[in-house]
Amino acid sequence: MKKNEFLYFALRNTRMQIGLGIVLFFFAVMIIGPSLTDYDPNEYSGPAFARPSEDHWLGTTFFGQDVFTQIVYGLRATFIVGAVGGGLATLIGLIVGFIAGYKGGILDEILNMLTNIVTVIPTLALLIIIAAYLPYRGVVSQSIIIGCIAWPWTARAVRAQTFSLRSREFVDLARMSGMSSMKIIVQEIAPNMLSYLFMALILQFGGAILAAATLDFIGLGPTEGISLGLMMQNAVLWSAIPLGLWWWALPPGMIIAAIVSALYFMNTGLDEIFNPKLREM
Amino acid sequence: MAVSVKNLKIYYQTLRGQVQAVDNVSFDIKDHEILGMAGESGCGKSTFSNSLVLLKPPMKFMGGRVELDGESLPLADFRKMNEFRYKKISLIPQYAMNALNPTRKIGRMIAELLASRGVSFSKISRELDRRLKLVNLNRSVMKMYPFELSGGMRQRAVMVIATLLDPSLLLADEITSALDVSTQKAVAKMLVQFRDMDLVKSLVFVTHDISILYQIADRVLIMYAGKAVEIAPTKKITKEPLHPYTRLLISSLPDVGVKYSERRLAGIKGRPPGLLNPFPGCRFKERCPVRFEKCDKEPPLAEVSENHQVACWREVGNNG
Amino acid sequence: MGRYFRRKLLIYLLTFFAAVSINWMIPRLMPGDPIRALIGRAALRAEAADKVAEYFSRIYGLDQPAWRQYVNFWTSLFKGDLGISIYLSPKPVTQVIRDSIPFDLGLLIPAILCSWIVGNKFGAFAARRKRLDGIVLPIWYVFTATPYMWLAILLAYVFGVLLGIFPIAGAYSFAISPSLSISFILNYLKHWFLPFLSLFIVQLGGWAIGMRNMIIYELEADYSRYMESLGAPRKLIRRYAFRNAMLPQITGLALQLGVIVAGAVGTQVVFSYPGIGYLLLQAVMYKDYFLIQGCFLFIVIGVLIANFVIDVIYVIVDPRVRHGMGGETA
Repeated sequence: MKKNEFLYFALRNTRMQIGLGIVLFFFAVMIIGPSLTDYDPNEYSGPAFARPSEDHWLGTTFFGQDVFTQIVYGLRATFIVGAVGGGLATLIGLIVGFIAGYKGGILDEILNMLTNIVTVIPTLALLIIIAAYLPYRGVVSQSIIIGCIAWPWTARAVRAQTFSLRSREFVDLARMSGMSSMKIIVQEIAPNMLSYLFMALILQFGGAILAAATLDFIGLGPTEGISLGLMMQNAVLWSAIPLGLWWWALPPGMIIAAIVSALYFMNTGLDEIFNPKLREM
Repeated sequence: MAVSVKNLKIYYQTLRGQVQAVDNVSFDIKDHEILGMAGESGCGKSTFSNSLVLLKPPMKFMGGRVELDGESLPLADFRKMNEFRYKKISLIPQYAMNALNPTRKIGRMIAELLASRGVSFSKISRELDRRLKLVNLNRSVMKMYPFELSGGMRQRAVMVIATLLDPSLLLADEITSALDVSTQKAVAKMLVQFRDMDLVKSLVFVTHDISILYQIADRVLIMYAGKAVEIAPTKKITKEPLHPYTRLLISSLPDVGVKYSERRLAGIKGRPPGLLNPFPGCRFKERCPVRFEKCDKEPPLAEVSENHQVACWREVGNNG
Repeated sequence: MGRYFRRKLLIYLLTFFAAVSINWMIPRLMPGDPIRALIGRAALRAEAADKVAEYFSRIYGLDQPAWRQYVNFWTSLFKGDLGISIYLSPKPVTQVIRDSIPFDLGLLIPAILCSWIVGNKFGAFAARRKRLDGIVLPIWYVFTATPYMWLAILLAYVFGVLLGIFPIAGAYSFAISPSLSISFILNYLKHWFLPFLSLFIVQLGGWAIGMRNMIIYELEADYSRYMESLGAPRKLIRRYAFRNAMLPQITGLALQLGVIVAGAVGTQVVFSYPGIGYLLLQAVMYKDYFLIQGCFLFIVIGVLIANFVIDVIYVIVDPRVRHGMGGETA
């Protein structure tokens, strides 16, 4: 009953519809895309800086690579980073937040201090110094690094929520009936924060995509393959802007902005769904 | 007659439909009177007091009339109601301990509030001092931030603020629920004193705790599921309650001062009906030990003896 | 208040300590012999190679025990010795960075302050005005979701290439040398504007959303409700809500600094703007590891200082912290 109601509101929420629509669209492009193109992402497949045409839907780069093909394959990196990096960040944030919030005491102090320290260190700077020394970088290793650094705000939020749930009646009851801490967290506390966790995951997903794009852009992206950030870097380095190659310089960043905006839209949509106060009457 | 409420209907608009929180409620409050309003949580008593000061969505005015000193209140018109708020009708809210802006000194907040209502702070300053004394607060609290005061002190400060403009009607909403028994008594005494000194003309004291009403109320109104089910002077209603719900309420009270709400009413099986599309007839019928066929029709709130009204077919039947 | 500051300072000291330790540790954790890897990977000219090798032997002292190496690292750090830049050899890293800092501050401080102020005002204004909010909120979301460098590319393309109004590279024209003349200042401002604008716009969205949500939260708070019950005018209630909503926004500023720095890196790269961000790109491209590490340390120090300034401001504006009664403790 309650689940159906949630689904009912979720599907009727305009922001949710728009956001989900955009994300699914690009997801579909990523899946179907490779079958729509005859080229390899880094293959010199045509004349240099050709405008968009029938052969090259989004034109070609300085070297004659097909921009559409690069985007299709670059989307793959984007979604992987979002899922792995965002997922890992949420998971770590969850674990730290749950333990700190539920156990309290000295453990909480230590974890809180750790959270604060990782919060203060500029994420990107840390990413750079780690990524710079890795001789080989893949999309997954990049995602893992991002996930290991982006968790603090989730941990803070989860900690605060856990803290307030900890003293509720049903948790007391579980504790008195001799349930283990782990079991209480998993069976009693987490389900009560499910909506919240889902929203955190969406935000982390978007955050990881943005962080990866910046890393790629300053040359610390995957050493092989292609990503949207890498495309932007190449476009800037090879003077796509002064040369007026808008079809090369603009679409990659625009797609990132579209996907991340869509995720944020979904997030506010969910907020409205879960918090009836914000629901429109 | 200071206040007269006639057929008041206040509903909540939700996505699933209308919740009939206050449904066709009528009663009077006399000048100089303290009316106790009691019932389980969710019976509509807080909705009633809120609707008089802050009727805004999702709360919805569905009909009826409230007169104050002979003037009809424009309840549905949020702006027009501002004329009455504070000056004529004031509120000590349930959340009194958090009702003050945390980052303003209390004195400054009061000054800004008064100025915004066209009252000069300096003119009222002496009176303010006198009233602070009444509630055992030192004048120095004016220079403090709310977080520097204890919860009880904050509540008393709010009591002073709420009554500063001598309102005709003061609504006190569950203000004793969070206090221990001896503090409850002290607060109740202060309110009675406010009334005796004419700082407020009449007072509605909303609570789920009937026992406190013995100490403060002149008359008691019992609410159940959005309806007024019984009104009578305090002594009368405690000695000879007529409505089966009131009877159960009073008999389930073991001793004065014990809060029954902490358990669900021990003596009464079941729970109040949902107010989203409630069933027809008497709303208490499903839990009522003395129900009969007539209860499928809604009983009117009828005068059964002097100053004693009750909404129950058994009682109405006895008289007519 | 004392407790608040002690706690904050402890966090900053630990952070600094952690940052330096990471800086020391990471090259040593990487597979292989770091010195050979570094020199091998860097495209070094002969005379530079000597200097670098000499520095390595001093700073790394790999024959010494690890704790000794660690102590050496700290010692040279306090002497301001961060090594020699390979890309700009034989300039010391400290000097290279010091030269670029004014450009960073000149760009970042106005961008951060302007976006914070304008975003807060706008966000507060649009909150709870249904029509306006419906239009403006999606725009803020798009702003804040935009990668900094992409907006920079877009602005450079539109204003620099298509319209030709603004230059798109450097902090000032090559033909002109820095001085306090009007022509230089105008030239500088012209180069400054687009990078500033791209940083400003992206951040604006975030602040406006934050303020909007905080204001809504404050307007739902008990004290707002009570003011309303007493017939206080909307204006006064909003004024109170705004003031209280500012407090978390100040904390938010501290939390956002890291992200803003990242944005500045992307923007500077697009505009070849000679701040630390651009330097960092060069360092990465030339595999100039000392410079990368130096930039990392300076960014951390800068963020820590900014955090501290924000803490001081917070104490001034929030009476709860001032009186040692909680507020934001972490």
